[in-house]
Amino acid sequence: MSKTLSNEQMLALAEHVENAELQAHDITKVTNDYPDMTFEDAYDVQWEIRRRKEERGNKVVGMKMGLTSWAKMAQMGVDTPIYGFLADYFSVPDGGVVNTKELIHPKIEAEVAFVTKKPLHGPGCHIGDVLAATDFVIPAVEVIDSRYENFKFDLVSVVADNASSTRFITGGQMADVSDVDLKTLGVVVEKNGEVVDVGAGAAVLGHPASSVAMLANLLAERGEHIPAGTFIMTGGITAAIAVEAGDNITVRYQGLGTVSARFE
Amino acid sequence: MEQAKIQAFGDELYEALVNREAVPPLTSRADDITIEDAYHISLRMLERRQQAGARIIGKKIGVTSKAVMNMLNVHQPDFGYLTDDMVFNSGEEVNISDRLIAPRAEGEIAFILKKDLTGPGVTNADVLAATECVMPCFEIVDSRIKDWKIAIQDTIADNASCGLFVLGDKAVSPRDVDLVTCGMVVEKNGSIISTGAGAAALASPVNCVTWLANTLGEFGISLKAGEVILSGSLVPLEPVKAGDHMRVDIGGIGSASVCFS
Repeated sequence: MSKTLSNEQMLALAEHVENAELQAHDITKVTNDYPDMTFEDAYDVQWEIRRRKEERGNKVVGMKMGLTSWAKMAQMGVDTPIYGFLADYFSVPDGGVVNTKELIHPKIEAEVAFVTKKPLHGPGCHIGDVLAATDFVIPAVEVIDSRYENFKFDLVSVVADNASSTRFITGGQMADVSDVDLKTLGVVVEKNGEVVDVGAGAAVLGHPASSVAMLANLLAERGEHIPAGTFIMTGGITAAIAVEAGDNITVRYQGLGTVSARFE
Repeated sequence: MEQAKIQAFGDELYEALVNREAVPPLTSRADDITIEDAYHISLRMLERRQQAGARIIGKKIGVTSKAVMNMLNVHQPDFGYLTDDMVFNSGEEVNISDRLIAPRAEGEIAFILKKDLTGPGVTNADVLAATECVMPCFEIVDSRIKDWKIAIQDTIADNASCGLFVLGDKAVSPRDVDLVTCGMVVEKNGSIISTGAGAAALASPVNCVTWLANTLGEFGISLKAGEVILSGSLVPLEPVKAGDHMRVDIGGIGSASVCFS
């Protein structure tokens, strides 16, 4: 895969897409203007958005994986997931409030997050490496918000848009990976007191730790790695569920407590 | 609906079951079948099976997910009877042409009771106190109605579309597992095809058993110690054919598998 964007085009796209996020307005997908854009171009845009945030004083507090269900990948005609980063202001406390005025058309996904205690380097990173390098797992709910009109995008566009990252809520009960079966770990999503979706860990690439291994391998393509102490959201166990002001959500995790938030 | 017609439909479904030949929907031939009529038809079908030697060993609850309720346009579950000729153990082979018409597999949690439960007035606490153990289970549903073209009355009359069931490799006390959040993973021929959790059935499998105890209580029927109660699917139904291998894993409970030939 190669680059098709000039440096100026890449910088301009990063500003354009990040402004949509910061100003909470939607835009047409970037591949409308640059139909030949590659994944490498798109990750260049994403890393430039990350650099812009860090330059302004924001911290990167973790990473996220997206498109981690085999069904979704088959639908989109690809065989690898995608990643994005999490900035400090994405974090919402458990039981806290998500301000929908700062977002465009948010959806939530129930996930399991990993915190590493050793660095992970690809290529060739596998599930065993990940389990050995994991400090603990913790439940987390991701709020995603595509900056693209009607949540309609292709993969290259969504990579440039930081994999639709916007907010996340972390639970309070951690566990050693040796104490939970992450494949069969069940989650129950309740919106306004009603069960709206259920799933189990295997929905994420067969096992959520596979998702972390894939992240290490994807980062290696850019000469990057996962440092010790990294917080990683592994991808949605459930479908993305649309939320709006006035909604409250609670996600119940087998053996890992609950995570909740309200949207105002 | 008149008794003679109820008996005729019950006999027809019994013949369909025994000969493995589906019949046109009852609701396409009689537009006055009520839910209560449908249960009476199912009881006639059961009576014929008992006359042929089948023994009741439990009950199943169906239509417990919102998706199926919406499909059938109803807002409550239904139930059918489990007999001794319907049970398989995990790992055993099921010969489709011997036993079934258009089978579909669904992953469920089975309750094994140690005390009778007699509604009305049964609570979730009563159900948990009366449960010896829970087990992983596949229910293989099947329809004696042609092409699964069922209205709610058709499936109720047809023993809630029950075919047979496969009990898993482990039994766990309900004290040791959270039945609401326990996760389910279903694999077909080695690929993960669906995941779910306990809450997929009426927000909790315990709610399902409580519903059944209270519903049957209105007719003077109890759930009996020793009975197996299938509490409802936690994942979408999956059509199966000869050569397929299905496996279900439930977090904190265990697994069950079945091969079709």
